Amino acid sequence: MFRYLPFILKSSMRSKRRSLLTIAGAGISLSLLGTLMAVYHAFYIGEAPPQQALRAITRNRVSPAIMLPISYNDKIKRVSGVVDSMPFQFFGGVYKDPKNIFARYAVEPEHLFPLHADYTIPEDQKLAFQREKTGCVVGRGVAERYGFKIGDRITLKGDIFPVTLNLKLVGIYDSSFHDDVLFFRLDYLFDLLPERRRNKVFAFLVLADSPDSVARICAGIDEMFRNSTARTRTEAERAFELGFVSMLGNVKAFLLSISVALTFMLLLVTANTMAMSVRERVREVGILKTLGFTKPAILTILLGEAALLTSIGGLIGCFCAELLVALIRGLPTIILPLSGLQLEPSVAVLLLAIAIGVGLASALVPAWGAARTPILEALKFTD
Amino acid sequence: MTALGLALTVAVLLSVLALVGGLRETFRASGGPLNILALRKGATTELASNFNRSVYNDLKFKPGIARNESGEPMASLELVTVISLESPEHPAGTNVNFRGVSAVGIQLRNGLTIERGRWFRPGFREVAVGHSIAMRYPEVGVGGKLHLGHGDWEVVGIMRAGDSSINSEIYCDLNQLAADETRPEVLSSVLLRASDPVAKAALIRDLTDDQRLNVDALAETDYYDRQSRSSAPVQFVGLFVAALMSIGSAFAAMNTMYAAVSHRSREIGTLRVLGFSKSAILLSFLFESLLLAALGGVLGCLLILPLNNLTSGIGSFTTFSETTFQFRVTPAIMGIGMLFAGFMGAVGGLFPASNAARKEILVALRSV
Repeated sequence: MFRYLPFILKSSMRSKRRSLLTIAGAGISLSLLGTLMAVYHAFYIGEAPPQQALRAITRNRVSPAIMLPISYNDKIKRVSGVVDSMPFQFFGGVYKDPKNIFARYAVEPEHLFPLHADYTIPEDQKLAFQREKTGCVVGRGVAERYGFKIGDRITLKGDIFPVTLNLKLVGIYDSSFHDDVLFFRLDYLFDLLPERRRNKVFAFLVLADSPDSVARICAGIDEMFRNSTARTRTEAERAFELGFVSMLGNVKAFLLSISVALTFMLLLVTANTMAMSVRERVREVGILKTLGFTKPAILTILLGEAALLTSIGGLIGCFCAELLVALIRGLPTIILPLSGLQLEPSVAVLLLAIAIGVGLASALVPAWGAARTPILEALKFTD
Repeated sequence: MTALGLALTVAVLLSVLALVGGLRETFRASGGPLNILALRKGATTELASNFNRSVYNDLKFKPGIARNESGEPMASLELVTVISLESPEHPAGTNVNFRGVSAVGIQLRNGLTIERGRWFRPGFREVAVGHSIAMRYPEVGVGGKLHLGHGDWEVVGIMRAGDSSINSEIYCDLNQLAADETRPEVLSSVLLRASDPVAKAALIRDLTDDQRLNVDALAETDYYDRQSRSSAPVQFVGLFVAALMSIGSAFAAMNTMYAAVSHRSREIGTLRVLGFSKSAILLSFLFESLLLAALGGVLGCLLILPLNNLTSGIGSFTTFSETTFQFRVTPAIMGIGMLFAGFMGAVGGLFPASNAARKEILVALRSV
């Protein structure tokens, strides 16, 4: 097949404008398709990172608006397979302007880092967080976006909670994902709250001894609180995050239907180009046949040209998708598991395969027709 | 084929517009024109708001509040929480607003009626569920049970209010819910009705400025208008995809038109010899491209029609609850789709058409 490569190259250069338009059209569609596939992969196919796979979250089964008593924490710790657990509170609130979006959680400083072995933070900053009641730590992402430095004062105005927090930044942690979170101390929050709202939290973060025991632990915890006033729902941290995604509506169907529409459009666009370019060349095919080119050779040349165009489009698509993915990664996210979004190699390969597949499929019918036209007929053909 | 490509692009754009339009309509139908919602200062949603009963007692005798037939002020203290309902579609549960109201609260909602069964009785663990919820979660039909707080609540009626978001809520007796949640004094919000539009504006100012009350008052319509922003991410993604697809489709249209131009070189030359002007040639090709686009636009509209009135739900990160809405494919939206198609056709056709118009007559005639 590679014997014909120079020939394929030559003939695809014949109408530069058309080839360029096709490549550009394919590139744009494929970059979108690649991005959607990367998002789909992140949501529904990708596995949780090893550290996250160890964590589960316990919350109220009936309603996220109803808090759980903090006393549940000790009972959760007694479930076999649970290494550690801590209560945490989703704070919401506003930092300067409602447009500044990053997640804020109230946590227990002694347990935050043992539970998140994937966070790295200098030892002295970790200790400072445990010492200072009004201290807070932020992820590198937040620190960079807002220019926070150690020692800065950060004021958060509560919306769910009728309090204003005056926090002092004592540490910055690094993490490959979830680095857009601010953590402050739960005991500080409770100090500010009225009696009625103390000692109740939104959820508990649970660490399991191995990824395999997470499912058993989840069932165990829920079983334990089955007959209490506040029943619980415990699920793996990743499943919990995906629950937030599904709150946006039927994301899966949305992603799939747009992807299908895109692929179909791509097929139409390239099929159209190939049909035009083959039609233009019927006479030429006749001459090639006279010169002794066989039917398979002609098919190879025509199909090769289509595949070449779409695979270049595919490469451009991969490149642009990578840019788009980086753009999405940079968006402020709260809980969506998109902060670590990547164009996985498997997705990129699939994208290229789709590109080549679409190219071949679109050229198949016109190429087959051209290869089958008898020599005399082809030579007689005037368009 | 080019037309089909255009059609798909138009379809993507229109489906997003239909979604956003449907959601807007639901929220627009939700606010009463004279209604005012009061929340604790700083709270942006009913769920996050706290409202003391004593504040309500101070507030309800403010001037400008309408009165019902029995002479009571039309101000309703309410408690809003959310409940997670499980369904085959969402085994992990979807959050739905659960609202405790008094009799005045029901009067305040225009057009709210019981479709099946009856209203809940004060002091009983009974609820009325919205029409959309009853459709989406079959197990909460009349006679069904909901577990919240200290026990089960019995579903005694299905309520409906036009296309409003009340159809995605569950109503029960205020005092029963407050007792259940052990917050008898601290509730969520107050909904009240002004006696006329002038009084409405004055009342909003009066309430917001009253330091003693410490509340934010806003028109109910504005509150729901703000909620409709929950569709912003979907809208953004959809428009972005449609914009990129439109570039791809314009390229495809360009390809087709270039082919048509080069194919018809001789014809163009002949026309020029016969005395057709350059601008006539340009217009004819542009028109051809627009016709192609119009075909694509019509096909796109046809593709999207089955979506009309399809029911779906969208959640909001601000209210932590889901609102059910219906896709709305209106003539206006289809008009936008046609314009969009026309735009792609014009962009795709302009260059090839000018190329055709500029052709030298002799060269054009000689070309094979």
